[in-house]
Amino acid sequence: MSIEDNLQNNYKYGFVTDIETEEFPKGLSEEIVRLISAKKNEPDWLLDYRLKAYRHWLTLTHPEWQYCKVPTIDFQDLYYYSKPKTKKDTYKSLDDVDTELLETFEKLGIPLTEQKRLMGVAVDAVFDSVSVGTTHKEELEKVGVIFCSIQEAVEKHPDIVKKYLGTVVPYSDNFYAALNGAVFSDGSFVFIPKGVKCPLDLSTYFRINAKETGQFERTLIIAEEGSFVNYLEGCTAPQRDENQLHAAIVELVALDNAEIKYSTVQNWYAGDKEGKGGIYNFVTKRGHCKGVNSKISWTQVEAGSAITWKYPSCVLIGDNSQGSFYSVALTNNYMQADTGTKMIHIGKNTKSTIISKGISAEKSQNVYRGLVKIMPSATGARNFSQCDSMLIGDECAANTFPFIDVKNDSAIVEHEATTSKISADQIFYLQSRGFSSEKAVSLIVNGFCKDVFKTLPLEFSVEAVKLIEMKLENSVG
Amino acid sequence: MIEIKNLTASVDGKEILKGINLTVKKGEVHAIMGPNGSGKSTLSKIIAGHPAYEVTGGEINYEINGKMTNILELDPAQRAQEGIFLGFQYPIEVPGVSNFTFLKESFNEICAHQGLDKMDDENFLKHLRSKLKVLEMNESFLERSVNEGFSGGEKKKNEILQMAILNPRLSLLDETDSGLDIDALKIVANGVNSLKSRFNATILVTHYQRLLDYIVPDYVHVLYKGKIIKSGDKSLALELEEKGYDWLIAGEK
Repeated sequence: MSIEDNLQNNYKYGFVTDIETEEFPKGLSEEIVRLISAKKNEPDWLLDYRLKAYRHWLTLTHPEWQYCKVPTIDFQDLYYYSKPKTKKDTYKSLDDVDTELLETFEKLGIPLTEQKRLMGVAVDAVFDSVSVGTTHKEELEKVGVIFCSIQEAVEKHPDIVKKYLGTVVPYSDNFYAALNGAVFSDGSFVFIPKGVKCPLDLSTYFRINAKETGQFERTLIIAEEGSFVNYLEGCTAPQRDENQLHAAIVELVALDNAEIKYSTVQNWYAGDKEGKGGIYNFVTKRGHCKGVNSKISWTQVEAGSAITWKYPSCVLIGDNSQGSFYSVALTNNYMQADTGTKMIHIGKNTKSTIISKGISAEKSQNVYRGLVKIMPSATGARNFSQCDSMLIGDECAANTFPFIDVKNDSAIVEHEATTSKISADQIFYLQSRGFSSEKAVSLIVNGFCKDVFKTLPLEFSVEAVKLIEMKLENSVG
Repeated sequence: MIEIKNLTASVDGKEILKGINLTVKKGEVHAIMGPNGSGKSTLSKIIAGHPAYEVTGGEINYEINGKMTNILELDPAQRAQEGIFLGFQYPIEVPGVSNFTFLKESFNEICAHQGLDKMDDENFLKHLRSKLKVLEMNESFLERSVNEGFSGGEKKKNEILQMAILNPRLSLLDETDSGLDIDALKIVANGVNSLKSRFNATILVTHYQRLLDYIVPDYVHVLYKGKIIKSGDKSLALELEEKGYDWLIAGEK
C-alpha cells in the first residue's frame, strides 16, 4: 500500500491474503446446505437441523424495522462456503496449517505458533469459513476445558453440542438466525466443566478474506455449575469495494453460579470515506442465565462495519441471576449502527445493568435500541440503564429507542439518557493545554467511554482506546 | 516576551478589538481592566488562539527560541507548547478524564515539544503534590474528572494548578478572581505569586482591583471599546476603584 493510500485510509487490516480457496458455487439451495454438511462429515441430526432452518428461512422476508438503510442483498449472489485450499483437508495441528495463513494472523497481531503465541490467552483463529487453529489446547484439556472449533466439537463432543445448539437462539428466532442455522460454517465451541475457573482467557479471532463470501460462524459457550470464563472476540476484514455479509450467532449458557464474560472488539472494514464497501455485521448474540446466581456480561466495542445490527441479550431465568451490557458503538463517515440489548427478567431478584455509549461523527447514524422486560414471575427484579450519545460535527445523528415492559409491580427500573456534542470551546480548552485537536477529541471520547472500557480486560482496553483514536482521526476540523 | 501591534479582531463580522498595542517584558505583571464588553476576555482568548475570533489586522509577536515570532499562524496547541497559558474564566468540564491523567498528559505533550524527558507516574505525582500543597488542594482532586462537579472556586484553583504544572512563560489569567471568596482569592493569588520569576510574565484580566491587592501589577491598562485608552501603574487601579470608569470614558466620547 502506498503512503498516500495509507493517509487516506487508516484501516491497517485492509490487506488481502493471496491464498487459493475452495468454494462451493454461488447461491443458496438445499443442495448447498447438504454440501456444507457433507463436507464437514456431520451427523444426520445436524443436517436435519440445517435443512429445517433453511426451509424456515425460505418462508421469511427480510426485516424492515431497523433504523438503518440496508441495501437489498442478493442471497443468490454470495458464496456460502470458502475454505483456504490447503495441504490437508482438516488441520489436525498447527503444523498442518499453511504458512500464508499463519503469517496472516501474525500480521494481525495474533501469532499462533507455539513459540510466538500470546501468553495467558488461548486463541481460536477463524479464517473465512474454517477454524485454522486453536492455541494452548493441551493446557486447557488438563482442567477439562474444551475449546475448539464447532466442527471439531460436533465430531468429538456431539452430545453436548446437540444438547445446547440452537436452544438459546433457535433458527426460528429471526431472518439471519435461520440463514445462519442453514449454512453456518465454523466458529468456536467452549465448554467449562463444573467448578472450573478457566485458567486462561479464551479468544476467537475472526478474519474474512475471500471475496463475495458470507461469513456465518457460530459460537457456543457453556459454563457448567460454579464455573467461570473470560471470552474475547476480535474481527477484521480486507478492504474491498463490495459489501460483505457477516451473519453470526453466539449462544451462551450459564448454569447455577456460573459466570461468562464476553467481550468483543469489532473492527470489520467499514467502507471508505464515500461509504463504498464494508461489512454488514448482522449478528444475533444471546445468553441464558439458566442457573441460580448465574452471571453473563457482554462488553462490546463496535468500531467497524458499514452496518452494525445486533443486540447482545440476556435471558435471566435463574433466581438472582445477573445480566449486563456495556457498549461503545462508534460510527464515522457513512457507517450505520442499530445496536443495543435485551434484558428479559424471568427469575426472582434478577438484576440487569445497561451502559451504552454511542459516538457518531461525520455523516453517520447511530441508534441505541433496547428492551427491558420484566415478566410477572420476576419479583424483585432490578434494572439500571444508561444510554449516552455523543455527536461530533453537525451532520451525524444519534437516536435512542428504549423499550421498557414491566409486568411485575415489585420491579425497579431506572433509565437515564444524555446527549452531548463535543463543543469548539471544549476542544479549545484542551488545545490550550497543549493537546492537538485529534488528541483532544480522543481524550474527550475516552473519558466518555470510560465506564465501558474499564470492564474490558486490560490488553483489550488498551486496544480499544487506540482503535477509537484511530477511527476518529481527521474527523474533527 | 510579547509584543502586540495594531491588533484588530472581529467575531461574526462584529469588530471587537480596534487596534491594540501592548508590550509585556519578562518578569512583568500587567493587569487589563475595563468595563463589561470592552474586549478584555477577547484579547486573552485571541492571544491563546481561540478559533472563533478572526484577526483582521496587526501582529502578535512572541519570543520563541530567543526570536520574536508572529504567532498568529500557530494553532492553540502550538501556542501552549511554546509556553502560553490561558486560565479560563469558565473552565470546561471533561467527564471521565481524571485530573491526574489530564495533567500528566498535558505536561508530557508540552515536555515532548520542548525536548524534555517525560516524567514517570511516580515522579510526576511527587511534583504534583508539591503544587497541590501551595494551592491548599486536597489530593482527592486528582481522582476526580476534570472540573466535573467542581465548585466555582475549585475550578479556578484547578486552573492555577494546571498553570503550576505546565510552568508557562506567559500566563493569561482571565477573570481568575471571579467567583472566589476572600480566602480562596488569597490562596489563588499566593499560587500565582509563587510562580512568578524573572523569566516569565503574567497578564491579568480583571474587573476588580481587589485581586491586585494580592497580585501586584507593574502596569495597569484600561480597555474600552476594543482599545487601550489609558495605561499606568498600580495607582491607576486604585483610582479606577475610587472613581469608576466614567471619567476616562468621558474623554473618549
